Amino acid sequence: MPIFSLIVGAFVGLASGYLGSLMVLRKMSLVGDALSHVALPGLALGLLFHFNPFLGAFAALFTSIVFIWLIENKTKLSTETLVGIFFTLSLAIGLIITPEPELLEALFGDISKTSALDVFTAITLSLTAIIVVHRIYNKLVLGTISDDLAKSVGVKTKRIDFIFLLIVALIVALGIKVVGTLLMGALVIIPAAASKNLSHNLSNYAGFSAFIGLVSSVVGIYFASIIKFSPGPLVVLVSASIFFISLIFKKD
Amino acid sequence: MDSDKILEVGNLSVSFGDFNVFHDISFEVKKGEAVAIVGPNGSGKSVLFRAILDFIPYSGNVKWAKNIKIGYVPQKLFVDAHFPISVGDFFGFKTKSKQTINEALNSVGITGDEEHLHRHVLSKKLGALSGGQFQRVMIAWAIINKPDILLFDEPTSGIDVGGEETIYNLLHKLQTQNKLALVLISHDLNIVYHYADKVMCLNKEMICFGEPHTVLDPASLSKLYGGEAKFYSHEH
Repeated sequence: MPIFSLIVGAFVGLASGYLGSLMVLRKMSLVGDALSHVALPGLALGLLFHFNPFLGAFAALFTSIVFIWLIENKTKLSTETLVGIFFTLSLAIGLIITPEPELLEALFGDISKTSALDVFTAITLSLTAIIVVHRIYNKLVLGTISDDLAKSVGVKTKRIDFIFLLIVALIVALGIKVVGTLLMGALVIIPAAASKNLSHNLSNYAGFSAFIGLVSSVVGIYFASIIKFSPGPLVVLVSASIFFISLIFKKD
Repeated sequence: MDSDKILEVGNLSVSFGDFNVFHDISFEVKKGEAVAIVGPNGSGKSVLFRAILDFIPYSGNVKWAKNIKIGYVPQKLFVDAHFPISVGDFFGFKTKSKQTINEALNSVGITGDEEHLHRHVLSKKLGALSGGQFQRVMIAWAIINKPDILLFDEPTSGIDVGGEETIYNLLHKLQTQNKLALVLISHDLNIVYHYADKVMCLNKEMICFGEPHTVLDPASLSKLYGGEAKFYSHEH
């Protein structure tokens, strides 16, 4: 039993599902997907220069998050197009500079080599992310429903948006170890999409989403270890199956 | 500022880049007063709200009385029927007290015991409410912390009013019972005649401001709506 991998997967899945619930509400699904691609060049630099690839990925994500936030708040440029160009560009650069032997691992994840330190990092960061986001969850939802309404009751919408994006960067960087850069978007989005089909209120929605994230990740990693395959595709297969099942129970 | 003034706006102008939304708007709102803002689509009514609420940059002066509490009902929310948020969740953003929520619902004409309200209102999805009920919920939400003034941005689309009282009867009742000042954007001149103490005609600039019967003359109406707009007021 790859016990360390399963623990990492459980916590990262839980946090991804929870954050993903907000990203889906905020129609950030594609941003989440594109974002994970940005992590690749950072990851590659870590591999090339022998520092922790997680730090490289996080640095790359952090930079692009600040970049998106500035575009959204300081200019009138259309974010979507710029994000599309910038992010696919970084994926291309990442593909070119990632050392060949590590490329598959970077793209599709690998947690067969999980150390005790990795477990510790994953637990600490996932829990931090969940606690921080829990504290601003309602404000973020209100800001999603109406930015003006949120401001009218004193919510500093720009500030909490930034904090949220920062936490997204953290969890994407962490999740890349589990499912890889190409499929991280799915780990964030699919659990929330499935949960949306099953929920009538926010606490159910956020809770189911986190739970589906956890289950997909743990079951996917477990099967991957049995058939000795990259965990990323299997995690996505499990969560997508849950999504299709959720369609059957969809409430109006 | 005089003690009975809640809001004083002087020479307010807003532009988005080169586009001038409106310029040189000056008016004031007193305690307990109902002010209606009328004007065609795109005349800057909603933008005026956003400027006096300090959501967007503007030039000129906006002065609120000290420690004033403002309630705001925007024109629309970005909530569809699939958005997994219940009416109870929505109230939860403002208060955890069931009693406060039920009182607010009662005061907007949504009545019943706790069980009834929970089952038929609070556990419903926000995006699944009918237009009229949605507006009541929005008003209840806005008045929950007992504001001194309520800014109400009426939606352009049709609302099934329903029930024994209209939204405007309701607002009028809240205005008199709670000594609430009202600023409402309206598309219906009848409403203005019936409920407003003052009216502002807005179309890129302030065309009129004052008591409806005095300032809403054919000249300013035709300037406001351009051309043939006529209004027949029936006296009661």
